[in-house]
Amino acid sequence: MVLKCHRITNGHREGEALVSREPICFYLIDPKTGIVREKNHELMGKNVADKVLVFPSGKASSVVQIDGLFKLAMHKVAPKAMIVKDVETVLIVSAFIAEVPLVDRLEKNPFEVIHDGDLVEVNAEEGLVKIKKQGD
Amino acid sequence: MYLTSEEERILKGEFGEGTQKALELLVTIGDAYDAEKMIPITRAHAASSGQEGDLYFVELLANGGAHCKVPTTTNPVYDTEYFDKLFAAPRDEAEVARRVMEAYERVGAILSWSCLPYLAENIPLFGETVAFSESSATPYVNSVIGARTNREAAQSALASGVIGKTPKYGLHIKENRRATCLVKVETDLKDEFDYGLLGYYVGKQVGYGIPALTGITRRPNTEELINFCAMSNTTGAISMFYIPGFTVEAATVEEAFQGAVSEDMVSVTRRELDQVYEELQTTSDRMDFVMLGCPHYTLKQLENVARLLSGKKIREDVAFWVCTSATTRMLAERNGYVKTIEKAGGHVVVDTCIDEPCWIAYKEKVGMTDSPKCAYYRRFKDVRVASLQDCVEAAVQGK
Repeated sequence: MVLKCHRITNGHREGEALVSREPICFYLIDPKTGIVREKNHELMGKNVADKVLVFPSGKASSVVQIDGLFKLAMHKVAPKAMIVKDVETVLIVSAFIAEVPLVDRLEKNPFEVIHDGDLVEVNAEEGLVKIKKQGD
Repeated sequence: MYLTSEEERILKGEFGEGTQKALELLVTIGDAYDAEKMIPITRAHAASSGQEGDLYFVELLANGGAHCKVPTTTNPVYDTEYFDKLFAAPRDEAEVARRVMEAYERVGAILSWSCLPYLAENIPLFGETVAFSESSATPYVNSVIGARTNREAAQSALASGVIGKTPKYGLHIKENRRATCLVKVETDLKDEFDYGLLGYYVGKQVGYGIPALTGITRRPNTEELINFCAMSNTTGAISMFYIPGFTVEAATVEEAFQGAVSEDMVSVTRRELDQVYEELQTTSDRMDFVMLGCPHYTLKQLENVARLLSGKKIREDVAFWVCTSATTRMLAERNGYVKTIEKAGGHVVVDTCIDEPCWIAYKEKVGMTDSPKCAYYRRFKDVRVASLQDCVEAAVQGK
């Protein structure tokens, strides 16, 4: 399935999807491993490294959010790309600084068409998201 | 987004790499929001911090030869030399802080290291277009002063300071400044501590939005408004609010909503504020330190601390800290407040804040503060939140 999207930050990457219906705070992800350590979060214990992360929006103060994603990128455990529903300035700055491709406005509801384990290609340059293989 | 020929040339790198990176970030933000163009700003405030994400971007700009085009102030980091004399801050983090401060100097920022720039070092006027990051600063300049800023990150505010422009989106457009929900305050707010609790509750309830508050009968003072701003923009993302009659942009509730008043409504009674207060207590009976000044204390608050401590002695097993700006401390020294606080055994520290890594020595300690924000960040083992008077009393009596 090929879907149109809106580019926020540039890049062309492919990876396994990891979907979160809850907003994400990068500061509450272990900076060295990429494992989510936020208590009561649906991704608690899961690893975001090299995933195409699908989530509704970011949360938390600008300082911690930007530093959080930057540290993941520094340790090479950042997501490959990010697909979100709502963007705000802090999330844009985070993706820009960590150089992670970020897109929004997918033409279909990302939570309905993308599932954990799907192989997803994010081509921010051309504004396209390809869901190449369904996960288990 | 429409770009002028000068902006095109900046993006091509004709004015250096630092300026190029700064504008690239602003254009990325502008495109994300479908902004039609860039608009000039008159001043900026970058919420600098001693963190690596911040260091990376400010050094990228400074090393690339960028220089602030409009007055751009800085947020607290910390003076590594000062803390080295007191307790060992971790080497790596101290080095990050030192480099952050040095890079902001090279990029031509005003080295205020203050989280209340709008009171002294960098004051916008009504209607000015600015780029102010920092939790209390964004809502304060939008609502209390009536200048216009989006909820900036440190990096986007710094980039705007360097370029002298911001993309035209969000709160720079009048229609987007309308109130989104009504908050009925059904209790008397006594002091700045009450306003902090109110901000905590409103931020949590509203999340992302522009509340219009009714039911406040007494004109809130500066410190009360600062606390409301800092807390509501920490537990939530409140970039702007209205208290019709007291804040400047709307005289009535209808004007705040630019028409029909939203049905989205939150009411706050003393019960809700008591609940927030209870939530912020701890079970520890030990007390190792008192931390005041988040946000930075004003001159008036330093005077209050001095008055409450006058002729008293803080217990030897309790460390007593008050954070403020260098500007405010200078006046507090002149007026004798610092001397009184120090004589009682307290410290008045500048250029830093409770959320910086310099307080590592207290990581496993139990403290007390008048700032719900201090407790919210969980930098310390355990923190009890109480009014300034209670904090001072506890420091003197040890309980």
